[in-house]
Amino acid sequence: MAEFLQFCFSGLTVGSVYALVALGFTVIYNASNVVNFAQGEFVMLGGMVTVALLAASVPLPVAGVAAVFVAALVGLALHRLAIEPARGSSPVELIIITIGASIFIRGVAQVVFDKQFHKLPAFSGDAPIHMLGATILPQSLWVLGGAGAIVIGLHLFSEHTLVGKAAAATAANRLAARLAGIDTTAIVSLSFALAGAVGAVAGILITPITLTSYNAGTLLALKGFAAGMLGGMGKPLGAVLGGLLLGLAEAFGAGYVSSAYKDGIAFIVILVVLLSLPQGLLGKHSAERV
Amino acid sequence: MRALLSARWVTLGVLCLVIAALPLVFPSSYYYRVAALVWISAIAAVGLNILMGYAGQVSLGHAGFLGIGAYAVAIGPARFGLNSWLCILLGALLSAALAWLVGRTILRLRGHYLAIATLGFGFLIALVLANEARWTGGPDGTPVARVSVAGFRLAGPVTWYWLSGALLALGTALALNLEDSSVGRALRALHDSEIAAALAGIDVARCKLWAFIIAAVYASVAGSMLALFDGFVTPDVASFLRSIDLVAMVVVGGIGSSAGSILGAGLLVTLPQFLTVFAEYEQIALGLIIMLVMIFLRRGIVPTAQQLFAPRRR
Repeated sequence: MAEFLQFCFSGLTVGSVYALVALGFTVIYNASNVVNFAQGEFVMLGGMVTVALLAASVPLPVAGVAAVFVAALVGLALHRLAIEPARGSSPVELIIITIGASIFIRGVAQVVFDKQFHKLPAFSGDAPIHMLGATILPQSLWVLGGAGAIVIGLHLFSEHTLVGKAAAATAANRLAARLAGIDTTAIVSLSFALAGAVGAVAGILITPITLTSYNAGTLLALKGFAAGMLGGMGKPLGAVLGGLLLGLAEAFGAGYVSSAYKDGIAFIVILVVLLSLPQGLLGKHSAERV
Repeated sequence: MRALLSARWVTLGVLCLVIAALPLVFPSSYYYRVAALVWISAIAAVGLNILMGYAGQVSLGHAGFLGIGAYAVAIGPARFGLNSWLCILLGALLSAALAWLVGRTILRLRGHYLAIATLGFGFLIALVLANEARWTGGPDGTPVARVSVAGFRLAGPVTWYWLSGALLALGTALALNLEDSSVGRALRALHDSEIAAALAGIDVARCKLWAFIIAAVYASVAGSMLALFDGFVTPDVASFLRSIDLVAMVVVGGIGSSAGSILGAGLLVTLPQFLTVFAEYEQIALGLIIMLVMIFLRRGIVPTAQQLFAPRRR
């Protein structure tokens, strides 16, 4: 039982990060139909920029906020310099552009920072909390709480603000939104910045537990993407559910089956999901019109 | 038709000429080595172009088949005492069988769903290669036995330059031939519109599957050549970045053009060699090239150049 609970805790912690990465995917995908493979790079930037600023003796909260801004700016730049000029490209061409962007960002990070692994101090100590025979790190609570706050914040933003509603309209039908007077290009830009910020927050929250390095983003992007698809592309709630389920599946798979194949579980899950229910858990079946 | 046919022979003729003439300007055996690596990568790229360019399907896990080919010639001779040449064939057969098995289901997917499915497939192969250390030597890799023909040991960059060059010429000839066959026409038809192709009586699923299998065999053979040439192989050969490299070769050179795939392979293999002094800028350059080509030369280098220089048709 204690073991079971322990796997639950670690699965939910990692799962929250996957959920945030998947949420970033979803925000961009909904606004622009672009599958952004550079999403993991935002997570990496969040961690690495904070680490670098902290090393320059900037206080942690300031460093964190600055890192979120940097990632948001990189998101904006990605849209303006790489996605917008390629308007009208096919989905696969856009995927290749974002893969190029992710390689580029990784390359820059490698030059600007270094190739070492870096750690952030836990926000509120390292003393584990005991609970029903299992232990949980205070930092895990930060991750869970932070992820929850972002999910609720994004939900409120899209339901209760004018900009959020404009974004929802753009997601539903870009042409109709433009006809209704919404500046859809600005909305798409905003979605890239938002995805960058969400990714960076995930990176800052998880770095005290998992460490970070210039190439930490690739695998996270792939898993976040798998989580998004598991939940159903373009469904924010699906992304969160998919992320948490994927985290749990990994934790239990690593614990009970094989830790060596932990990283493969995401892809086994995704292959099974794609072939059995291609719309994801929360997706609706839709027929393709000709 | 005649124009098409002659274009085909021009490509092949130029390729053979380049392979034959390059050694005249090579100052050292290092250049043979790099060129051999270009030819070997080009074999995989030309194969992938059949899937991406002719059939219009993407594979972000194609390095998985490189890995199968590479480990076939590593494990076969060392563990089972099999002949290395036989192992190239066995690796290709295994890749074809796996492509058939997996392709039957995942090729039903489209766009980014297909992209992530192939990516996952390639990732799993790399993971197995890294984890089954008993067979593969794990993440540190494993040595590959050298091959010999009639007692003559095939080693050294010069020998491999000619060997891989010849194989590339053969592979390109086959690919160009396929382009103008009924299968090739069917593939291009489904690239333009699957529905129209299906209505015209083309078995879309079967055509895609064949393109996937052919591309897998090309990659597997290239993987075997790479392993035999290097004399060593690590799971890195099947990594996600390798798959991206292959896709980039096809896309940068010009999707749908075999000549473009070879040119793309040339660029992406030689670029890191030029940049060895600035090794840490290699990723920046690679990322920039991929983005710039996709944004400004959407059709890739060769088709864009063809359009620029070709005499305007009626």
